[in-house]
Amino acid sequence: MKDFLRVFFSRPIPLVGLVIFAVIVALALLAPLLFGRGPFIIVGMPLLPPGAPGLLAGSDVLGRDMAVGLAYGARISLLVGITSTLCAVGIGVLLGAVAGYYGGWLDDLLMRVTEFFQIIPSFVLLMVLVAFLQPSLSSTVIGIALVTWPQVARVVRGEFLSLRGREFVQAARTLGMRDARIIFTQVLPNALPPIIVVGSMMVGSAILTESALSFLGLGDPNLLSWGSMIGGSRSAMWVAWWTTVLPGLAIMITVLALNFIGDGLNDALNPRRRR
Amino acid sequence: MEFDRRAMLGAAASLAAVPAWAQASGTTARQRTISAMMTDEPAHLNYPLFNTRIMQEICGNIQESLLLFDWQFKPHPNLARAFEMTPDGMRYTFHLRPDVRWHDGVPFTARDVVFSCGTMLPQLNPRSRNAFSHVRTITAVDRYTVRFDMKQPFNAFLLSLMASSAPIMPAHIFEGTDFRTNPRNFSPVGTGPFRFNRWVRGQYIHLTRNPHYWRKDQPGMDGIYYRVCPTSEQRLVAMESGAADFAMADDIDTVVNSRMMANPNVIGRADAFNGTGEITVMEMNHRRWPFGDRRFRAAFMHAIDRNFLVKAINFGLGKVATGPIPSNLPYYDEKALVKYPFDQARARALLDEMGLKPGRGGIRHRFAIMMIPDGGGHWTRGCHYVKQALSEVGLDVTLESTDWPTFSRRSGNWDFDVDCNSYGQYGDPAIGTARFFLSSNIRKGVPQTNIQGYNNPEVDALFHKAAVAVDPAEIQKHYSRLQHVLTRDVAMCWLFERQPMFFYNKRLKDVIMGPNGPADGFGSVKLA
Repeated sequence: MKDFLRVFFSRPIPLVGLVIFAVIVALALLAPLLFGRGPFIIVGMPLLPPGAPGLLAGSDVLGRDMAVGLAYGARISLLVGITSTLCAVGIGVLLGAVAGYYGGWLDDLLMRVTEFFQIIPSFVLLMVLVAFLQPSLSSTVIGIALVTWPQVARVVRGEFLSLRGREFVQAARTLGMRDARIIFTQVLPNALPPIIVVGSMMVGSAILTESALSFLGLGDPNLLSWGSMIGGSRSAMWVAWWTTVLPGLAIMITVLALNFIGDGLNDALNPRRRR
Repeated sequence: MEFDRRAMLGAAASLAAVPAWAQASGTTARQRTISAMMTDEPAHLNYPLFNTRIMQEICGNIQESLLLFDWQFKPHPNLARAFEMTPDGMRYTFHLRPDVRWHDGVPFTARDVVFSCGTMLPQLNPRSRNAFSHVRTITAVDRYTVRFDMKQPFNAFLLSLMASSAPIMPAHIFEGTDFRTNPRNFSPVGTGPFRFNRWVRGQYIHLTRNPHYWRKDQPGMDGIYYRVCPTSEQRLVAMESGAADFAMADDIDTVVNSRMMANPNVIGRADAFNGTGEITVMEMNHRRWPFGDRRFRAAFMHAIDRNFLVKAINFGLGKVATGPIPSNLPYYDEKALVKYPFDQARARALLDEMGLKPGRGGIRHRFAIMMIPDGGGHWTRGCHYVKQALSEVGLDVTLESTDWPTFSRRSGNWDFDVDCNSYGQYGDPAIGTARFFLSSNIRKGVPQTNIQGYNNPEVDALFHKAAVAVDPAEIQKHYSRLQHVLTRDVAMCWLFERQPMFFYNKRLKDVIMGPNGPADGFGSVKLA
């Protein structure tokens, strides 16, 4: 653990990522305290530029405070990013572990299912899923989890395939441990590093995917997210740059920070690169 | 990029057919072609079957009407070279032009008018049904004379023959067929300055000049491309780059109106849709509680700052609507109106009075507003504003997104709480306004009727008396009373009078010649 922390913090990039991410999380959590009003409240005339009295980031096409919208948008983006990744990792670990540990026909079956999900263009599948389930926060989370779990399953299966023959697994089996116990207490902890790296990257891509969905109007219409802010303002792009550029920057910075963290985790957890 | 290349290809293809006169004038086929846009593609081109703005913009070039109307809504000859009416308003006689042919070469005669006004229009076009219900018989006196004998005088009869309401359809194509499935719905035949040429689904509809058009000096251009251009940003860029010549009504989002107006290459007209006279409204389903309660509707009106809607949501394009008749049309009577100024305290008092007291979280009532699928334009923004405004008086609104089929089906089948739409008044209350309030027009399954279920015998009677009166003072008296009753009842939530813009590239001229704008066709358009 000490080694991990030392490597992780020894390079500036992951540190920058972590700091930015912490600021965004703090902003999201403190949004109701920082601003006395919700993101949908109309505070003045539309399309006021940033710096107008009382409007740090200007107002959008409806005269709503962009700064409040950005802070509340962070809540939705992080919520969707993290919960959908947890769901995807849950599904992926379970199926990947079973496939990799048991092998044989079960492996074949599960991998065909995984491939089925991988060969369908994932965004198209996601749009169909969300439209079918009615656009809402939970349908977005479920949809993103359902299209992203295969890559986790693949990674986990690979790890399990290489680990299941090792001595410590054979030892556990000789001791009479049940399969489930071996999977979760012996093999999984050793397979965790790549899962953590993949997961951290997935949070970023889930945030991007959620933004794309909301941009297309398939997000929850009663919640404000960065993607829906861009989607709702895109007709104003030519007269009020801040309405689209600011939420766009917010998405970019968040995803970049998460990728920096992912890189740092990869460097710190990968035994071949840890020197 | 794609846009321009397609335009060039289209231009190249039509080069072979360039007439000698055009080659001599030294202009290229590209220059003599109008490039227009469609926000979405119509399902067919049967004008009366689906009389929406995009259809008017396209079919207005293919089909023509008996009369044209000037800026004062006075009738002028078109397919009818002359007409007379008896002083009692019981008989109208139209003398048709003898030199008109349909695009397929068949001569245009009285038979076409009798068929259109007697059969096809009343069956398909919701506005015609009401207008022609006052007609007893339509007779072809001879090959080029048509006589309308009325059941009773109908003072808006001539206006109901406006191009957007009564396009004359070819009898030889439609008579005896199923109008809804006729194959020529996809390659329409008319008498207008442009002929249908080609429809590439998902891309464009192309019209070419009608070389045998009866106005010998028209059309001034070789053809028109209507390209599918689904987003407002694309359409703005197309106008700014010169790839598109026309941007009509809903093509350009009002957000960027100021930018368009500042463009030196583009001319903006605010009067191109005066003949339609649109009011943006919210309709309520009176069958459902509490929308049937007048006090609820009044509270709804008091809770909304309609000045903000005009100034901020629609960027100043239009004015606050005060009642069922737009303020620039005949019969508008400001003194008769009951007004609902922005006053949220009064809204709360009205809700209290009807027993809608604030419950948990200050919420008095929850309901849904069904939004028109306008791609985030002024209707969607208006609904978002209304949601916010109503939340301040304790009404919790859920916004429902729809697509077009869903919107039509649900509004026609009365499956909604509140919806938002815009309706044209078409120059006369009897044509454009009555249809939303007459109890005889409560017709399940048909959108754009009295879908609210508003039912007031006095209003029914007044609309009838006003329509059949002959004396202008008497007509005004009835319409004034109507405006009083309808606003007193808050028979609809009138939000604002829209003023859609028509933008065109300044390389063209003679584009907007009357209050019907594009619905009268682009035959007069020529290079500036």
